[in-house]
Amino acid sequence: MFNFQDITTWIHGMLTGTLGLPEWAAILTESIGVALAVITLYAVFAIFLIYMERKVCAFFQCRLGPMRVGPWGTLQVFSDVFKMLTKEIINLRQTDRFLHNMAPFLVVTASMLTFACLPWNKGAHIIDFNVGVFFFLAVSSLGVVGILLAGWSSNNKYSLIGAMRSGAQIISYELSIGMTMLTMICLTGTMSFSEICADQAVNGWNIFRGHLPAVLAFIIYLIAGNAECNRGPFDLPESESELTAGYHTEYSGMHFGYYYLAEYLNLFICAGMAATIFLGGWAPLTIAGLDGFNEVMAYIPGFVWFIGKAIFVVFLLMWLRWTFPRLRIDQILSLEWKYLVPISMFNLVLMALVVAYGLHF
Amino acid sequence: MTEQNEQSKPQAAAAKPAPAARPAAAPAAPAKPAENELKPRVLAPAEARAELVRLKEKEGMDYLENLTGVDWGEEGLGVVYQLENTTTHQRVAIKTLTADRENPFLPSVSDLWDIANIYEREVYDFYGIKFTGHPDMRRIFMREDWVGYPFRKDDETEKNNPLRMTNEPLADTTDSYILQQDGTITKETHNIFEEDEYVVNIGPQHPSTHGVLHFRVSLEGERIRKIDPILGYIHRAVEKISENMTYPQTLALTDRLDYLGAMQNRHALCMCIEKAMGIEVSERVQVIRTIMDELQRIDSHILFFSCLCQDMGATTAFLYGFRDREEILKIFEETCGGRLILNYNTIGGVMADIHPNFQKRVKEFIPYMRKNIKEYHDIFTGNVIFQNRAKGVGVLTRDQVISFGCTGGTGRAAGWSNDVRKHHPYAAYGKVNFNEVLRTEGDSFARYMIRLDEILESLNIIEQLIDNIPEGPFQEKTKPIIKVPAGTYYSSVEGSRGEFGVFLESKGDKSPYRLHYRSTGLPLVAVMDTACRGNMIADLITIGGTVDYVVPDIDR
Repeated sequence: MFNFQDITTWIHGMLTGTLGLPEWAAILTESIGVALAVITLYAVFAIFLIYMERKVCAFFQCRLGPMRVGPWGTLQVFSDVFKMLTKEIINLRQTDRFLHNMAPFLVVTASMLTFACLPWNKGAHIIDFNVGVFFFLAVSSLGVVGILLAGWSSNNKYSLIGAMRSGAQIISYELSIGMTMLTMICLTGTMSFSEICADQAVNGWNIFRGHLPAVLAFIIYLIAGNAECNRGPFDLPESESELTAGYHTEYSGMHFGYYYLAEYLNLFICAGMAATIFLGGWAPLTIAGLDGFNEVMAYIPGFVWFIGKAIFVVFLLMWLRWTFPRLRIDQILSLEWKYLVPISMFNLVLMALVVAYGLHF
Repeated sequence: MTEQNEQSKPQAAAAKPAPAARPAAAPAAPAKPAENELKPRVLAPAEARAELVRLKEKEGMDYLENLTGVDWGEEGLGVVYQLENTTTHQRVAIKTLTADRENPFLPSVSDLWDIANIYEREVYDFYGIKFTGHPDMRRIFMREDWVGYPFRKDDETEKNNPLRMTNEPLADTTDSYILQQDGTITKETHNIFEEDEYVVNIGPQHPSTHGVLHFRVSLEGERIRKIDPILGYIHRAVEKISENMTYPQTLALTDRLDYLGAMQNRHALCMCIEKAMGIEVSERVQVIRTIMDELQRIDSHILFFSCLCQDMGATTAFLYGFRDREEILKIFEETCGGRLILNYNTIGGVMADIHPNFQKRVKEFIPYMRKNIKEYHDIFTGNVIFQNRAKGVGVLTRDQVISFGCTGGTGRAAGWSNDVRKHHPYAAYGKVNFNEVLRTEGDSFARYMIRLDEILESLNIIEQLIDNIPEGPFQEKTKPIIKVPAGTYYSSVEGSRGEFGVFLESKGDKSPYRLHYRSTGLPLVAVMDTACRGNMIADLITIGGTVDYVVPDIDR
């Protein structure tokens, strides 16, 4: 299996050995390189996901989607991004200008920090330490601060209602996400993303290994993750038919673009986490007994596996979004507090029993 | 006034058979009185109110069909009330007027019928008649700072109202006039919203108001406390413009009212004029008009489905609806040349004969649509989220819909049988078998299901007629200048979203003296406050979507 660590050690060796940089300078250079890579990847994935969403939704809706700019409309999103970059950022009277300008950056920062947690390949983890899952949960909840600030500082009633909805929704659904992740940590016994993946590469994907409680956790995770991204049937913080655009009503230009970017990236992060925790991360599909098959699978590099799985989950989430009508705020909260939280608590206990009695594969 | 009218009619009729340019096939003057003539009883204001109370209480005339303000010049300003009994479907008209042009007062009937509230505001807005006992006497369509009453015959509208460069003010207070025991009238002013209420503007530019409509919504958290609709953003004064137009010219404006009921609106006006003049249109025209009306109804109901889905966030179902609506629009385009503004009916017939492909296309469409209705049910009706959001939400009782005059699907969802096609058959509706779809729940879900079931009923009607279009002329010959004999006439059709009526007062000229449309949408907007109170802001969208109003029809 291709190990990305080979490349990183080689680069480190180049910097310290060949160029003769001191250790701290080498690490600084590497950090800057990694940061640039993350930002680039972030933008590239956003563009890809926007294109994918437009095409997927178009096909669901018996139409073609963007077709004019570039072959099959592939350059459409690039042109949209350039358009957005050239648009004026409007400052409104009677808004809290400092908070208004800061809010989109908070959202993007939170989403980038979580993006950096994703295990792309064996040895290609950017942020990886022993409480990785904990760190992920902590930084992902930063985004809601940005949304609340956006709603508050816009001095607009639609924005405020949207932000309040979003706050209530995200904080509620964070519980389910935490609980399902805890369930899977119970199975893997580690909170480090690299170890979770490495474990699955050896023992098989968690969703197969943990059978019933894992599948249950996967379903709950998909629902809660979708709600966390403010998408699909849970998009009522920005429900355009009620609140015009919800919390980002008053944003224009690239400030709006950041929300847009963060929304799509959060979708990918949510899917990437599902892939990491349930579907084996970069671990290839192996079937016990079929050695030839396993051998072939192992030749496919880890990042292909990871991105493939994540995009599969993204597709599931898009399917959901373009099929269902929107929920109402009281229904969203009762779904979480009356159904998902009790079920995921029960599921956690079930998983603990499964692990304690060794009932998993 | 009516006596005078009847006296003057023979004169007008006598003046009719003036040299016609070409031989007219239609009878020049009606031998028998027109079947849609109203002949309202004229009563003094106080008596009129007493009579209206009696008619409502004793004779079961519980549906205020229409309320029209008219300026009779020197005789004074007044109102024509049209009532209908909801069980026997008998109709009656009462007319009352006041000679005082400076300070006209009439007693309000807004305590008898909820819809009178908004109708009387319209009359106040256009004629300046103040209604004593009305709780909310402020302008409804015109700007708050408008000077004069534009529908009065002597109003100098343009002189008094130069182009204003300021934003339109919105009233925070409203007036009511109370008739005291001693006969004096006192004015009271009260606030529309209290100081500490959290008021959100839904509209005038909002994705879910289906046009330029403005709701001021008072919220308590997400719950709605009160809705104050503000209308008139796209008011074009179609009724006033029509007073300066010849009859064939007035037809062009009807398509611009409820654009999803363009066929039916124009049908109503043509029918009203034809019946008033005694023109008999051929069987062929009757059948074509019936088919077109039903196609238009299907078109409207599909759009209803689509927009409801869109409002509720189900974008995919939205486009399914548009895909199917396109088929109807193609059929329209072939025969009428237009897709939205159809301009098809004319006085005495239709603009052009049906296209050779028409029957084939319609026959292909019927099974296609039946199949796709199942798809709608699969993707949207059965969805648990939709069911939870629609069932038991925005319940309107039968009494409420009658009091508000909510005809069409909204009324029928609450169990009120109000189908004009059934109760006052016109065109070819007397000859076809169809069911009036009724439900009793009165909630958003019932209103939704009514429309989808009506699509199937409309398909049945079309299926019965499409192979049996009789031969005949598609246009009767009329005189080059159409003059309707003096009198008051009313005809109504079942529009896409309720009873669309045409009230026509003629003095025997080539243009109408007063032309008033009974809007299908105005009662539906009026009922929003009642339907939404206590529900969530998200339900406002669902309820607004399911009562299915179209704004250009409200702002005529």
